[in-house]
Amino acid sequence: MLAWTIFCSFAGAFLEAFIPEARARLARWLALAFAVAGFAIAAVDFFTHIGAVRTVLVDLSWVPALGIRFQLAADGISRVLVLLTGLASVSGVLFSWNIEKRTGQFFAFYLALIGGVYGVFLSYDLFLLFVFYEIAIVPKYFLIAIWGSTRREYGAMKLALYSFVGSAMVLIGLLASYSLAGAHSTTLVGLAHANLPVSFQMWAFPLVFVGFGILAGMWPFHTWAPTGHVAAPTAASMLLAGVVMKLGAYGCLRVAMGLYPHGMDPWGFSVLGLGSWRDVFALLAVIGIVYGALVALVQTDFKFVIGYSSVSHMGFVLLGLMTLSQIGLDGAVLQMFSHGVIAGLLFAIVGRIVYERTHTRQLAELETMHLARRLPFAAWAFVLAGMASMGLPGFSGFVAELQVVVDSWQMNPVWTIATAVGIVIGVAYTWRALQKAFFADKLPTAEDHPKEGWHDLGAITWPEYTGVGLLLGASLVVGLYPRILLDSIEPAVKALLAGGIQ
Amino acid sequence: MNLVDLFRVTLPETALEVAALVVLVVDLGILRKAALGTRVAAAAVLGVLGSVVALALLPCAGSTGFSSGEELLLASGGIAAVAQAGILILTILTLLLFIGSSFTRHAAEYVAVVLMAAAGGLLVAAAQDLLIIFVGLELLSLGLYVLTAFNKHSEKSAEAALKYYLFGGMSAAFLLFGFSYLYGIAGSTNLHQIMRAAFFASAAGGAPLLYVALVLIVVGLGFKVAAVPFHLWAPDTYEGAPAPAAAFIASASKVASFALLISIGAATLHLFDGLKQVVLIADQAGTAPAHLGLAMPWMQTLLLLSAISMIVGNLAALAQSSVRRLLAYSAIAHAGYMLLGVANLGFSTATAQAVLYYVLTYGLTTIGAFGVIQVVENATGSDKFDAFLGLHKRNPLLAAVLLILFLSLAGIPPLVGFWAKFNLFAAVLGVGTGAVSFSLVVLAIVLSAVSLYYYLQVLKRAYVMPAADETPIKAHPVTLLVLVAIAMAVVVSGCLPTILQTWIANAHF
Repeated sequence: MLAWTIFCSFAGAFLEAFIPEARARLARWLALAFAVAGFAIAAVDFFTHIGAVRTVLVDLSWVPALGIRFQLAADGISRVLVLLTGLASVSGVLFSWNIEKRTGQFFAFYLALIGGVYGVFLSYDLFLLFVFYEIAIVPKYFLIAIWGSTRREYGAMKLALYSFVGSAMVLIGLLASYSLAGAHSTTLVGLAHANLPVSFQMWAFPLVFVGFGILAGMWPFHTWAPTGHVAAPTAASMLLAGVVMKLGAYGCLRVAMGLYPHGMDPWGFSVLGLGSWRDVFALLAVIGIVYGALVALVQTDFKFVIGYSSVSHMGFVLLGLMTLSQIGLDGAVLQMFSHGVIAGLLFAIVGRIVYERTHTRQLAELETMHLARRLPFAAWAFVLAGMASMGLPGFSGFVAELQVVVDSWQMNPVWTIATAVGIVIGVAYTWRALQKAFFADKLPTAEDHPKEGWHDLGAITWPEYTGVGLLLGASLVVGLYPRILLDSIEPAVKALLAGGIQ
Repeated sequence: MNLVDLFRVTLPETALEVAALVVLVVDLGILRKAALGTRVAAAAVLGVLGSVVALALLPCAGSTGFSSGEELLLASGGIAAVAQAGILILTILTLLLFIGSSFTRHAAEYVAVVLMAAAGGLLVAAAQDLLIIFVGLELLSLGLYVLTAFNKHSEKSAEAALKYYLFGGMSAAFLLFGFSYLYGIAGSTNLHQIMRAAFFASAAGGAPLLYVALVLIVVGLGFKVAAVPFHLWAPDTYEGAPAPAAAFIASASKVASFALLISIGAATLHLFDGLKQVVLIADQAGTAPAHLGLAMPWMQTLLLLSAISMIVGNLAALAQSSVRRLLAYSAIAHAGYMLLGVANLGFSTATAQAVLYYVLTYGLTTIGAFGVIQVVENATGSDKFDAFLGLHKRNPLLAAVLLILFLSLAGIPPLVGFWAKFNLFAAVLGVGTGAVSFSLVVLAIVLSAVSLYYYLQVLKRAYVMPAADETPIKAHPVTLLVLVAIAMAVVVSGCLPTILQTWIANAHF
């Protein structure tokens, strides 16, 4: 059943490609229908399989000569991320309701991207996973380059090339493992059983981890993320931050850590206090957390603030992965979900609700617009989303980040302290953006006030209300009752830690 | 020597030659007064019919080939048959593209030359003897020079043909010079005899002369596949030749040349096949005499060509502003990938099949790309990047075909270009366990990430940037049909790679 999320999205993409430009309404409703269908399938499957073990969905021989199988399977981690993808795709369609230019094509690329993302989360064959991973790259390029804003062609090309370089590294790892394992099988289980030599895992692990890590926004390979997010149209930046960065993190977890567990063994010597690849990547994650937050603090473009905050929040995911313990990994997967929802919400508010009305994202200009009075809904939504993003209790970010931070103490208390500093800076940059954009303390004077009244910014439309409600609701529900996801994540993580993918 | 065998094995070539004559007779005799469109269509259709007949006659060749005494002269069946079938199919497609073009009034001559060149290609793909190789190559090349020059109204066409011809003549001379050394060493023109003689000659201290011969031959063959540094003709020829001719040069001729490289590579490895008993005397250290014979130097030379072709092709393509020249440099890069496969043939046929898979699908994709260029050139008169501006508005179907073909060339799944690359690299890693092969595979993968940039430059014009001119572009229905069929084949064989792979592996004609 879950496999239909993939087919459904690709079918939608195929149909959308044939919708003429004049029929924008049809394209929108069709896209919404396909996104909702995918979300419904994901949600039904999620709630009927809480705590279930790994189930194989489809298993067909694809290329028998090379042992490549069309194998889709889902465990708790996949289900959570598929649910997130469904949520993000529906709200993304809602926030693209105002796309008038080449609407059919927009949703064709959009749904193709969604299909690729579903595919990655459900693939249990490395070759298949790679195919879906690459399918997701090309639509991103066109979504940004055609419908984007600030320096869109630059941002799109940078993102495409970074992604492609990352996937080239993954492909090298895939080919090398495949031929070293005797060229019988490309399934994750088959490769994990192949007992790849430790010396090989020692270089394959960092190669593949960095390959996926590029897409997860790992410092110092994160620079595509802010420019890409800023250039992208709202729905695309929601998807980029919401699910595409999760593809990278998921690849790190499922492929790099699952196939090359010995790659994280200690080297036997230490350089600058780093004794294994695990330490190296944990350090990069911590740097990402603090660096992303610091850079977000000084941005003048509202969207760049959110873009860099994504880098910071994805650092928590990578740090959680590197703790290699039950709580830390739980936290990492939960943070993937949480950040997916919250970043989507922030980008939606900044890109769609504010930018489409004010046509500026410069904080200095927004300061003079008194948006709290003119767009109270946007202000309140951003206050709530900002609180969620800061990691206040009651929202999903708190539970996720808490688990990661607590568990990182076991690895290195210094990193925990650095991370905590990152969280504090996170409060600061969110606050700063919030205050500048919505609550500039200078009240409008009589001279400020235009004679004919404020230029009408346009009422908030129903898709915007629905989208905000959906994402905010998800963050609240998970924040108040985290077990709704943790019950699925925990057994899957436990199985992963116990025996890798085997 | 059994002439019936010879007749049987060369039936497809005969069919092509007969078809070429029929085309000439019909056009010059019956259709003299007819409109140009009719003549072009008639000539192309007759040419296609001839190729189809040749295709149907392929299985009659059997699998024993044609031998004179002990020496195999022409192979048939297996890899040779796959390459021949591929050449014929690609020829059919380029002939169909010709229907939509208008660069010449000499329709019949054009089709006849294509058919004769294809016959040369068939010979090259099957040849196991130096003389046949040379005759086949010349038949193919002379046809290609003429085809390049076929647009008499274009200076570029003439210039390209002259350059191509001069380079070609020179490299043929190199090739012949190398062959003469080989003949001098081996006393035979048969590939297998030569390789055996080379083995013993190198054991007896004759290696330097062998290496001279090898280098000379590699110059000649490197020219055919446009490997760096023998690639200088390619950009000009791709740019100047009429689109259907360029498509033929880039596809069918490539298939023939790579089939020949595979034959030679296989001969260097299988030098003792068919002998009853071989006694090898190792030196005191007991090491196997791997340095004897031509296998190692052949492999090393090709690896070198492969590496520099990949690098130069991909990097030079970054700087192009004409789509044809872009395709030329990308062809050089793709030749580099394929040479990597040819250098790592190994004793199983896996790599040979992977190379054939690659060159066939690459040829198919390139024909499609030239088809799109032909349509755009007819409408805008240029093949510069800017001629493709706003193509998605001017002809959505054409833009979609271009999208699929270029993404396939860049190696994006699920299109066939990705599968061909994966298959090839997996085969190379299966054979070449050394660090050199692995690092070249890494280089190839990294450079194909680079290649995405220049393919996206064209797609960006077609999809992203605003159109300067939004008048619709009309394509000839046959051209459009061919292009859509090619695009669908690229998608389908990318999603279901087994179909083509099984066909190549089990080719028992």
